[in-house]
Amino acid sequence: MLERLRIFPDQASTIAGEVDTLYLFLIGMSTFFVALIFGLVIYFAAKYRRRSVNEVPPPVRTDLRLEIAWTVIPLVLVLISFAWGAQLFVTMGQAPAGAMEIHAVGRQWMWKFQHPSGGREINQLHVPVGIPIKILLASEDVIHSFFVPAFRVKMDVVPGKYTSAWFEATMEGEFHLFCAEYCGTQHSGMIGRVVVMKPVDYQRWLSDQASGEPLAVGGERLFQQRGCATCHRTSDGPTGPALHGLFGRRVQLQSGDSVVADESYIRESVLNPNAKITEGYQPIMPTFQGQLSEEGLHQMIAYIKSLSGPAEGRKAP
Amino acid sequence: MSPVVEPIIAPENLPPRVNYLNAGYGIRSWLLTKDHKRIALLYLASITFFFFIGGAAAVLFRLELLTPQSDLLQAETYNKLFTIHGLIMVFFFLIPSIPAVLGNFLVPMMIGARDLAFPRINLLSWYIFIIGGMFTLTAIILGGVDTGWTFYTPYSTTYANTYVIITAAGVFITGFSSILTGLNFIVTIHKMRAPGMTWMRLPLFIWAQYATSLINLLGTPVLAISIFLIAIERAFRLGIFDPALGGDPVLFQHLFWFYSHPAVYIMILPAMGVISEVITCFSRKRIFGYSFIAVSSLAIAVLGFFVWGHHMFVSSQSIYAGLIFSFLSMFVAIPSAVKVFNWTATLYKGSIIYQTPLLYALGFIGLFTIGGLTGIFVATLAIDVHVHDTYFIIAHFHYIMVGGALMGYLGGLHFWWPKITGRLYPEGWARLSALIIFVGFNLTFFPQFILGYLGMPRRYAAYPDEFQVLNVMSSAGASILGIGYLIPMIYFIWSMRYGPLAGPNPWNAKGLEWTTPSPPTTENFEHKPHITEEAYAYEVKEEKVVG
Ligand code: HEC
Ligand SMILES: [Cu+2]
Ligand SMILES: [Cu+2]
Repeated sequence: MLERLRIFPDQASTIAGEVDTLYLFLIGMSTFFVALIFGLVIYFAAKYRRRSVNEVPPPVRTDLRLEIAWTVIPLVLVLISFAWGAQLFVTMGQAPAGAMEIHAVGRQWMWKFQHPSGGREINQLHVPVGIPIKILLASEDVIHSFFVPAFRVKMDVVPGKYTSAWFEATMEGEFHLFCAEYCGTQHSGMIGRVVVMKPVDYQRWLSDQASGEPLAVGGERLFQQRGCATCHRTSDGPTGPALHGLFGRRVQLQSGDSVVADESYIRESVLNPNAKITEGYQPIMPTFQGQLSEEGLHQMIAYIKSLSGPAEGRKAP
Repeated sequence: MSPVVEPIIAPENLPPRVNYLNAGYGIRSWLLTKDHKRIALLYLASITFFFFIGGAAAVLFRLELLTPQSDLLQAETYNKLFTIHGLIMVFFFLIPSIPAVLGNFLVPMMIGARDLAFPRINLLSWYIFIIGGMFTLTAIILGGVDTGWTFYTPYSTTYANTYVIITAAGVFITGFSSILTGLNFIVTIHKMRAPGMTWMRLPLFIWAQYATSLINLLGTPVLAISIFLIAIERAFRLGIFDPALGGDPVLFQHLFWFYSHPAVYIMILPAMGVISEVITCFSRKRIFGYSFIAVSSLAIAVLGFFVWGHHMFVSSQSIYAGLIFSFLSMFVAIPSAVKVFNWTATLYKGSIIYQTPLLYALGFIGLFTIGGLTGIFVATLAIDVHVHDTYFIIAHFHYIMVGGALMGYLGGLHFWWPKITGRLYPEGWARLSALIIFVGFNLTFFPQFILGYLGMPRRYAAYPDEFQVLNVMSSAGASILGIGYLIPMIYFIWSMRYGPLAGPNPWNAKGLEWTTPSPPTTENFEHKPHITEEAYAYEVKEEKVVG
């Protein structure tokens, strides 16, 4: 019964404790003000209750010092709250370099996960404890939201682009995974569990998975099948730029702008190639809209990421 | 118990033989009326009707939430019910509540005018409101809508197969009624103040209505546009929000919250105006910090337009946008805090009597304080990441919108009921129901803060077992709350016929509306009033003695 009346979810990630500390600070501050206001209201209401029908209370002048005090003190407190929350938020927004990447696809009404070495699962997510993990999120239909209360992590999954969330689990066990953004009839059924295991157990679990093909291998096959390889070779050519070493590089565009080639850029290049034309090339690449599933795209991106090193015949940046 | 005397009705205090209520008989005299007071009553009847529809939806889904599984209702029905609840309560009850009922009745009376600047447009606003309401009701009767009151895309434009377009039309149309009422109030307050009624002598209720009208005028068109675009995309498959058609789903959220955040202030500011009137009257005090309260209303109205992105911290909006919106949102806390402190200080050394309207006002201060403080939680980025779209949010905004706006509306209704009807309601029952509402409210919504922090997402028809205890508490509270709302309904209707005569000023309140007979005549004032004193000059007697 006591177990059922808890007020904090498990603290199962590196940031959970920090979020809770901030939460406690806010609770402390609120308790103070609630006590102050309730206390004063009740005290005044009792002390100054009307004692005779024609009672006329003495005038009380507005006091400028009071007005300033109760403007400035709350201002300082909310700014502290802002700064504290902002600093944590920035940490939450940037996955540590080298985080292990897991690809997730949300759709009405399930979660699909692909591990880097190929294991796939639905509505379950196995992760090793103590290793930062970045989840790359894509949606096949409407907006969903990836929410693991025990990790204090939430990120919307928005169709048409990639978003990401990261966490580092600190505790083995099973935790709720919820879809937090209303997504239609079975929204409350779009739930699952995150299973946090020792790294060795995670490895064992991975090797037990039947579909053990790494993401990038599937991506390479698609790259051949869909004819990407006819235009994108190992060196830049008239038919298209080489994709080696593309990921994470700054790409010069014909429009004069430049963008960093991240997942969203590659996604856009494939689905809507004319949106951003690479400098020095003709807009001849056909769109692959509707021909690749979100999972296929994930594999393709994993493959392009795996093409490391500068393209042949191009000087390293 | 308290030393209030039953007003002794001197003959000159009897209701005027011809007053606004009996100036004309028959349905036509009501449906074609241009009297702001009668239009206020038309609104009162209509929004009460909508309140019970929205409330019935809540009763049903609170019953469903008694158990973790979705057993009483199918998920689809559950989704339609929370959608109806949100839509009706926001657009057809809370937004019109204080402005269209109390504002309509009081704005001209408080500034010493005969009517609003555009009486015909005022009647038109009500018809527009009703037509909008009809569309929404039609959608409900045909089978409902399940997008949530937020209409998030691309669910609403592509995936929902319920009556989205009809509902959208209803909201779109109703918006024009708010725009017109806002316009009417602004012009009236600028142009029709009686001689001597300077800006700094205006009752704070008027300042609050003025600030609200500004938001209505500037914000509602944006809502209309975003709702219109939803209908266009849904009907003609034009790519605006759906990425599959080349649109941007997050764009909708920007448009929607650009209005719907300020809409929170459309609901709460008028209630704040009511509180200022009630507290001064029942503590016989000048308001503490008049100009600070007046200016803070405007500050809230203006600031409210720059914080919409705090609904979108995890929407994929950029981190920098998140930082800026969080920073700006923090500033909204300041004018709100200023108001709470000033109201509290007004009580200091007052002559306080616990009449029902004051009970509501004190309840408002308490609940609004909690609502406002939890607003700081959700404006704090790292906390919002965790509590966004959970029951914490539900609890937070119900503390503002029910604990605040609705308590203000009920307090105001009790305060001005004798003016509106000429009769008093039974004080004992009224105090009792105010107490029931306060207790029921807290029992319903306080557990939801805990539920939310534990991680229960909103809009869930089924939930994990461990959330059940808190959900049962919440549902129990809701049934108490429901009873609390039914009691006033009964005694208000009873009092219209059997309540004791109120006389022009049963509370010994200051303010021009109390100088007229109850119920007032169609003309409001026999002679155009001249104003020579500040608002809330409750201590005037003493000053005369001194001077
Ligand atoms: C008909 C030839 C052609 C085919 C087939 C083709 N591309 Fe391209 N692609 C191009 C050209 C030309 C560009 C450079 C102009 C532009 O940005 O559109 C390009 C650009 C790109 C870029 C951006 C590269 C950069 O340096 O900015 C990516 C990523 C890409 N293609 C991926 C793919 C993938 C994946 C496929 C297969 C699904 C594919 N392409 C198929 C011709 C092609
Ligand atoms: Cu969902
Ligand atoms: Cu908001």
